[in-house]
Amino acid sequence: MEHIRTPKVENVRLVDRISSKKAALGTLYLTATHVIFVENAPDTRKETWILHSQISTIEKQATTATGCPLLIRCKNFQLLQLIIPQERDCHDVYISLIRLARPVKYEELYCFSFNPKLDKEEREQGWMLIDLSEEYKRMGLPDDYWQLSDVNRDYRVCDSYPTELYVPKSATAHIIVGSSKFRSRRRFPALSYYYKDNHASICRSSQPLSGFSARCLEDEQMLQAIRKANPGSDFIYVVDTRPKLNAMANRAAGKGYENEDNYSNIKFQFIGIENIHVMRNSLQKMLEVCELKSPSMSDFLWGLENSGWLRHIKAIMDAGIFIAKAVSEEAASVLVHCSDGWDRTAQVCSVASLLLDPHYRTLKGFMVLIEKDWISFGHKFNHRYGNLDGDPKEISPIIDQFIECVWQLMEQFPCAFEFNERFLIHIQHHIYSCQFGNFLCNSQKERQELKIQERTYSLWAHLWKNRADYMNPLFRADHSQTQGILRLPTTPCNFMYKFWSGMYNRFEKGLQPRQSVTDYLMAVKEETQQLEEELEALEERLEKIQKVQLNRTKVKSKQSEPSKHSGFSTSDNSTANTPQDYSGNMQSFLSRSPSQGDEDSALILTQDNLKSSDPDLSANSDQESGVEDLSCRSPSGGECVPSEDSGKDRDSDEAVFLTA
Amino acid sequence: MEFAELIRTPRVDNVVLHRPFYPAVEGTLCLTGHHLILSSRQDNTEELWLLHSNIDAIDKRFVGPLGTIIIKCKDFRIIQLDIPGMEECLNIASSIEALSTLDSITLMYPFFYRPMFEVIEDGWHSFLPEQEFELYSCSCDEWRLSYVNKEFAVCPSYPPIVIVPKSIDDEALRKVATFRHGGRFPVLSYYHKKNGMVIMRSGQPLTGTNGRRCKEDEKLINATLRAGKRGYIIDTRSLTVAQQARAKGGGFEQEAHYPQWRRIHKSIERYHILQESLIKLVEACNDQTHNMDRWLSKLEASNWLTHIKEILTTACLAAQCIDREGASILIHGTEGTDSTLQVTSLAQIILEPRSRTIRGFEALIEREWLQAGHPFQQRCAQSAYCNSKQKWESPVFLLFLDCVWQILRQFPCSFEFNENFLIMLFEHAYASQFGTFLGNNESERCKLKLQQKTMSLWSWVNRPSELRKFTSPLFEANNLVIWPSVAPQSLHLWEGIFLRWNRSSKYLDEAYEEMVNIIEYNKELQAKILPQLIPSLLLEGGKLQRCKQS
Repeated sequence: MEHIRTPKVENVRLVDRISSKKAALGTLYLTATHVIFVENAPDTRKETWILHSQISTIEKQATTATGCPLLIRCKNFQLLQLIIPQERDCHDVYISLIRLARPVKYEELYCFSFNPKLDKEEREQGWMLIDLSEEYKRMGLPDDYWQLSDVNRDYRVCDSYPTELYVPKSATAHIIVGSSKFRSRRRFPALSYYYKDNHASICRSSQPLSGFSARCLEDEQMLQAIRKANPGSDFIYVVDTRPKLNAMANRAAGKGYENEDNYSNIKFQFIGIENIHVMRNSLQKMLEVCELKSPSMSDFLWGLENSGWLRHIKAIMDAGIFIAKAVSEEAASVLVHCSDGWDRTAQVCSVASLLLDPHYRTLKGFMVLIEKDWISFGHKFNHRYGNLDGDPKEISPIIDQFIECVWQLMEQFPCAFEFNERFLIHIQHHIYSCQFGNFLCNSQKERQELKIQERTYSLWAHLWKNRADYMNPLFRADHSQTQGILRLPTTPCNFMYKFWSGMYNRFEKGLQPRQSVTDYLMAVKEETQQLEEELEALEERLEKIQKVQLNRTKVKSKQSEPSKHSGFSTSDNSTANTPQDYSGNMQSFLSRSPSQGDEDSALILTQDNLKSSDPDLSANSDQESGVEDLSCRSPSGGECVPSEDSGKDRDSDEAVFLTA
Repeated sequence: MEFAELIRTPRVDNVVLHRPFYPAVEGTLCLTGHHLILSSRQDNTEELWLLHSNIDAIDKRFVGPLGTIIIKCKDFRIIQLDIPGMEECLNIASSIEALSTLDSITLMYPFFYRPMFEVIEDGWHSFLPEQEFELYSCSCDEWRLSYVNKEFAVCPSYPPIVIVPKSIDDEALRKVATFRHGGRFPVLSYYHKKNGMVIMRSGQPLTGTNGRRCKEDEKLINATLRAGKRGYIIDTRSLTVAQQARAKGGGFEQEAHYPQWRRIHKSIERYHILQESLIKLVEACNDQTHNMDRWLSKLEASNWLTHIKEILTTACLAAQCIDREGASILIHGTEGTDSTLQVTSLAQIILEPRSRTIRGFEALIEREWLQAGHPFQQRCAQSAYCNSKQKWESPVFLLFLDCVWQILRQFPCSFEFNENFLIMLFEHAYASQFGTFLGNNESERCKLKLQQKTMSLWSWVNRPSELRKFTSPLFEANNLVIWPSVAPQSLHLWEGIFLRWNRSSKYLDEAYEEMVNIIEYNKELQAKILPQLIPSLLLEGGKLQRCKQS
């Protein structure tokens, strides 16, 4: 609390992004965990909540006659522009937020104060929901070729790896340790995914310390052991996910890539995915495009192309497709690495696993996949997502890209995934929110030292509990799309990759489709289920009654129809749908702004108003504004967690699009 | 002329057909007066049954004795035929070329087509102007039907019956017609029941350089305003273009002469600019060799989505004037047969729930495109692969359909029809066995005696078996105005049209099927529960204990 210079500023205006003329007047509160803006409008008192950990940048802009503008950009792509009347207040808020948004100790993070009112047992159960040893068993391990190794017990060999790892049976501790000494940060080749149908595997590691000519017998034996663990193939692919130039440059630093001449029976392949710095800049550029005020079509498409974002997404997908094909069609094992083997390698291994194994396309399976390829293998969440104040050059949207790859696949295979887009968006949100302990720290070892499982809650349990909101209504376990491998077209289809406005413009509700097919179908399915139950009950009762009435006269004749059974009318769930600014630069002529909340366009069916789904989404609406108390408790019964979507933003599209 | 003269080789064996996403097929190729047919004679199916009028362009290649004909269709499909024998190949190619570019409309397939289905309702009489007038304007006595154009003498591109202000007599209309481009005097396009505001459309006023005026014209359009009200004139051309038009005798309404009206200029492109945009877009979609960046840059360079945005924005603006500002509007460009109709019809999609139903949409196309004199014959003569530099081909109607698709995408539960309905209309506008889209206006259609000699598209579409394919399972009627977003993030490439032949739609089709199943099953249960509910209600003496309280 000592970092809060001023807990409350009144007469602050929250500027609407789409129409700069409309601003909501309200009060700004700073708490230990959130920035909260409460509108003055008495009927709504709409609240906008921003977690400090979501704040990416804060920008103080030049003071104008109306006050001092403060621009807050969030990691979940929300953009907030506040105008604070007094320069002094603005400065205080600015300084406070700068500090609050960059905690220096883990203990400052929200998950250590967040209390969803679960008892110890429930919390522990939550952490047990996803169990990697179960997952390896599901893959068919251990078997004749692979075994669990205890070589990394107590993180003795590699401190960024998990303790439980699967390695080829023929790889002795001597070989593993030897190999680890020849790999960056000792990240030796270990199993990521095992395709039990044909014994091909996906292994992962970091780059070899080969320099220009160095060799390591144990490392060569290690690769040999991986090859031998797959009797169906006489070679393995070694996939270096970096651009060749980058890999070559690494040789000068004593690192590099495998020399095909030194390793027997390997096929070496570069797949050029750019490094974290390129990705960070690319996202930055794309977000600038998203932020443009009324851009032309050309501005937008040109900016999107110029950002290179979709090209990077495609590169990651291409790598995943290559590996999945090698495994399924050539029955060849693949060793994947990049430099340290925790960014591009994680992306590519998880995309390939997702393509190969339908289990990862289920709700629980997807959690397992993130747990396996990202959390356990030491993806540096803390550094990449800037949870603690650190080197800004370490920050990069690596898992965001993976999540987008999944979305791109969902667009191509609408029936193949058990979960929906909302599930991906909420996971992305919580990677940054630090509300749950799952994504803390840079490695398993650090998390263990911090006793994360004893002190925080697991996101997976939270998502699982609300799984009804994350279901894809088109998913059916016995549908052909949910079986086997996802096969993408072999020809390069660039138009396959599309801009994901549901993620990057998700807070601009006016830009999203106004009716959601997913939500509509979910409501239909829910009703169907009720009907099924009702029908069953009716049949039972009818049978009973008929027995009783058997001797009485038969009832004939038809009756008037009961009222229609529709529980999911689109227009029930209404918010105002108002026109955008269609007049462009013809600003002067249409002077009167349309009345707000006009009665006539109530038909929006989107996630926000149809369901309160994740309590995160809607929690804030019924909270009292006793702000000091709000920080880490949820007043409305333990489930409500103020965070996602910054509150009951349901009338955010009530924006007046007419800049008169 | 006999078709036989044009068919040099009616039949070739061992022709190999290559189509996207299908394995190559070898079969017999047959040429008839109107079709190109290829059958492998397996399962008694024809692998190819293509209307000559659907052919946009053909290329031929030879490798030794093997000839290849590449056929580019107006629906953007590209197919390849490998024909053994150079002579056969040349004969086939020149026959196709001749048959696909017939000069006379009366030689087109609709004049020869005999339907194999039972006509339940004759589509030529489905949307009579009088009925439509009843439907739209019965509530007001400010409007009347005028038969002034009965002989197409006042305006050759107007239908015989138009709706005009009641206070304006036919004599005045004749005078106004001389002051408007193509005789297209202002007529009613849409009546907004909610507040009585209207959309009128016309051709440009012929003010010329010396600022000619026409009292009757001013009187006519002022007659549409209620006391003390102001209206908007939306000119679909930029101010510069409108000013340049004066030199050619055209022009725009001067403020001084129309003091109750405010003029807004929007710039919607026309003619060959749109055609070039289409050519570039289809080229980009067909080119699969480039990397991600070049795809986006080509998409951008085609400007197609820019045109979509411009048209939609103008339509939204028009709708906004009507519904939000409570002001009537007059819309025109130059002729009033292209961009004007895009705007008037899209504004109605936004404002009028009926136009979002299947029948309502058909009526809209009948009123705002066919009757209103959009020159389909000229505009749809060629498509994206044409090399002719004719000035009048232009994908104006396709742009309109694309805009409708954009709105449909944003409001998937508000339309009774699905994407397939729009695709079907696109196909039939360019090549069809039906007479509906033949001719450039009602006058030409009358002369061609289309009603007597051809079948209407609506006769075919409006049968239950066809309607089923075009009905959206998601539809829930709502009486609201729907305001689409026109931000670039909200506008998308219409993959169902432009990538239709370049990607497999298998998984998307499966998803659609799944969606239908989910909803049908729900309806089935609802239907089941009624007969169950009734006896149990009766038996229990009306005591209703529903399991579900919905």
